Amino acid sequence: MHEMSICEGILLTLEAQAKIQNYSTVKKVWLDIGAFSGVEPRALTFGWEVVTRNSLAEKSELIINHIPGQAWCLGCSSSVTIQNRYDNCPNCDSGMLQMTGGEELKIKELEVD
Amino acid sequence: MCTVCGCGTGEVSIENNHNHQHDHKHDHDHQHDHEHSHDTHAPHAENGDLHYGTGPAHSHAPGLSQSRMVEIETNILSKNDEYAHNNRHLFSHKGIFALNLVSSPGSGKTTLLTETITRLQGKLSVAVIEGDQQTANDADRIRATGVPAIQVNTGKGCHLDAHMVGHAVDHLGLDDYSLLFIENVGNLVCPSAFDLGEDHKVAILSVTEGEDKPIKYPDMFAASDIMLLNKTDLLPYLDFDVEACIAYAKKVNSNIQVIQVSAKTGEGMDEWINWLITQRKARLTQAKSALSAQLKALETAMDI
Repeated sequence: MHEMSICEGILLTLEAQAKIQNYSTVKKVWLDIGAFSGVEPRALTFGWEVVTRNSLAEKSELIINHIPGQAWCLGCSSSVTIQNRYDNCPNCDSGMLQMTGGEELKIKELEVD
Repeated sequence: MCTVCGCGTGEVSIENNHNHQHDHKHDHDHQHDHEHSHDTHAPHAENGDLHYGTGPAHSHAPGLSQSRMVEIETNILSKNDEYAHNNRHLFSHKGIFALNLVSSPGSGKTTLLTETITRLQGKLSVAVIEGDQQTANDADRIRATGVPAIQVNTGKGCHLDAHMVGHAVDHLGLDDYSLLFIENVGNLVCPSAFDLGEDHKVAILSVTEGEDKPIKYPDMFAASDIMLLNKTDLLPYLDFDVEACIAYAKKVNSNIQVIQVSAKTGEGMDEWINWLITQRKARLTQAKSALSAQLKALETAMDI
């Protein structure tokens, strides 16, 4: 439910970067969104359209790179992909997993004018 | 969040005079029609609560030039994290131990808090930041215990962010070495993502909510260091499976500690207070070691 404030956070960053990188329009924004970041990509895309109205990123496109949940299994010493935080290891069914990826919430790059 | 300092765009309010003196320098080299009038930024309720709900509209007029790619590699929540870092720095500087209490609405956070405060009174200085979408009811309940409290109304916001907490801390004027409770908005989803600068997130789950909450809302339990299983006095009347609930919590966070409490009967309250005092002491011991090291370095530097 906080996708709207996430959108505002992204817009803030774009506005701050506009000064530093010397651009006035943002056309595309590439994001890394992890499976466990707590962010629903569809809600984010919806919020983006609303939040960017009358801004330097109006009508810009959000391109979301979904990062799957990754964990290190202490049971079989391998890196595995998981769907849920509470999943067991898909290889050996061990419950001893340490999360290694999936919490990303990053702006990677922009296409700007 | 406002485009100037990250203030919520007019949905949040904090109690007591919010003299929000925005003295920001705008060095925008692109055309940027700022219509920020920060007087309307955080209007105050009669009792001084802060309201972030009537902020200014954003007005921008972008120019034109050639398309190009810019790599920025920035965390989306970096603005919040910056404020959280500042809060944490202030807390550490003043020796304040801060806990962020998170739960769904109706888990008994405020009752648990008033009971906790009653047991700590006379031992150490306590202050409370209360987050809710509307009303100052919870802050009033805390103030009835004699402890300073400030209500932050988030308006439509679903969580407290570090910037709101920073302002609330300013208004509260915390004592050195005090204990700060931040009672987040009742919501098992959003507050998990927002670091407020606290030492620990404390998840409160009541037994009337169902034992599978930790796996239904795993992010919150993954982000918390301790889970208080509240309202245990009601267990005889419910089908709540305590063992399963704890197993679910450990499944999403193997390090999470669990204490079963009833704010009403007092069951488990001693254990919870002990946890709190032990953790606070550990924090202060850390600070003491850092200070000792600093003192030693200073003495060495003097000794030439």
